Amino acid sequence: MEWDWAFVRQILPTLLAGVRITILATLLGTVVAAVVGLAIALARRSSNRLLARTVGFVAEFIRGTPLLVQLYFIFYVLPDAGILLPPLVAGVIGLGLHYGTYTAEVYRAGIDNVPRGQWEAAKACNLGTVQTWRHVILPQAIPPMIPALANYFIAMFKETPLLSAITVLELMNQAKSVANTYYRYVEPMTLVGVFFLAISLVSVMLLRWLERRYGRVEH
Amino acid sequence: MPEPIIELDAISKSFGSIKVLDRLSMQVMPGEKLALIGPSGSGKTTILRILMTLERIDSGHIRIDGEQLYHMPRNSELRPADERHLARMRQKIGMVFQLFNLFPHKSVIDNVTLAPMLTKAMARPAAEQQAMALLEMVGLADQAKKMPAQLSGGQKQRVAIARALALAPKIMLFDEITSALDPELVEEVLNVMRKLAAETDMTMLLVTHEMGFAHDFADRVLFFDRGRIVEEGKPDDIFRQPKQERTQTFLRKIIAAGHRV
Repeated sequence: MEWDWAFVRQILPTLLAGVRITILATLLGTVVAAVVGLAIALARRSSNRLLARTVGFVAEFIRGTPLLVQLYFIFYVLPDAGILLPPLVAGVIGLGLHYGTYTAEVYRAGIDNVPRGQWEAAKACNLGTVQTWRHVILPQAIPPMIPALANYFIAMFKETPLLSAITVLELMNQAKSVANTYYRYVEPMTLVGVFFLAISLVSVMLLRWLERRYGRVEH
Repeated sequence: MPEPIIELDAISKSFGSIKVLDRLSMQVMPGEKLALIGPSGSGKTTILRILMTLERIDSGHIRIDGEQLYHMPRNSELRPADERHLARMRQKIGMVFQLFNLFPHKSVIDNVTLAPMLTKAMARPAAEQQAMALLEMVGLADQAKKMPAQLSGGQKQRVAIARALALAPKIMLFDEITSALDPELVEEVLNVMRKLAAETDMTMLLVTHEMGFAHDFADRVLFFDRGRIVEEGKPDDIFRQPKQERTQTFLRKIIAAGHRV
């Protein structure tokens, strides 16, 4: 087994194309997870019991089943029902839904941490429900939960290789295909590890900064 | 004879098995300054919270400024009020809380401008002009740009008063607004209250343990115990010659605890 730099140079453009898709999938998945999580958290607090229960059950179900199974379902089973999604779209929906059920718990804790007096002050100021959420509750609830949310997004990033199972041409899939073409696994797989490690380290540094910036709230 | 601005008719309220208000009735005239005193758990704070719609009543009727608070007329019968009716009624009422409840993520001036801009569609320049006038009145115009966390308790409470005034309510509710303050900060808040009482004709309901202040501030004092009004009258009568034994006992305890009368 020896390391072939010429081979590395040859496959690097393909792998970088994969890195781009991996980052794109993570960013889009993050946006979907952030929005889905907030929607789940709000629905579970709803005074409409049926809505709260149903959303709660679906969220538990999604969290209790493997992401890989969900990806297969979205990409290979939904077409039977006439819903045909491009691989990347299916992957982003899968990542977003799955991690949305985790971020929902972060939102829930963040919202519960806003003191009751804030709701009462908003009412005494005669703010409506939407105004109260938008101007009083969420601006206080979200900053303290940014570090926890960012943690989930880094975890999601490291799970993107699962998307190769539904033919998304992300980093892992590109590495597998060059490896299978040339029957050389050392360089492609090592580079996959190096790319993930490098991006993770940068993300963790960003996370530490976010913790310092938003981790503490003043009351 | 003018109509009362607040009328409570046989209000009952329980928390679980504890009856906090027991068929309580009372009236407040426009412009009246009322002090509600009594031991903790006697129901005085609950009355303010019910008027602010922070708690619902179990039974009874409340009229504010000639209109039902928790009921609305529909086809000549009274129905439970919907959120729109409650929102309209809340415009008449403002409240200041024991723990200030300022919005910690907003600057002092933004705390005061938020509600007028959102609920009265006031433009920012007009809202800020009004806020500065109110902050001037409570002596905090120079703190307008600060965040609440940078203020002392007394300053926070004065901002909270300005915030409540910004919506120009007809009725102001003050719920133990000096109880959470260090003793040396109480006076600055009470001074604002004296100024407010002298300069406006708002109706004010004050729940307090500051008996000396209640005496000077109020036109009428109500002594509560176990969800009922035990005794009411002019401050001089209640504080100097209480008729009911429970009032006498309460005042003795308060004086023994070091509160001034």
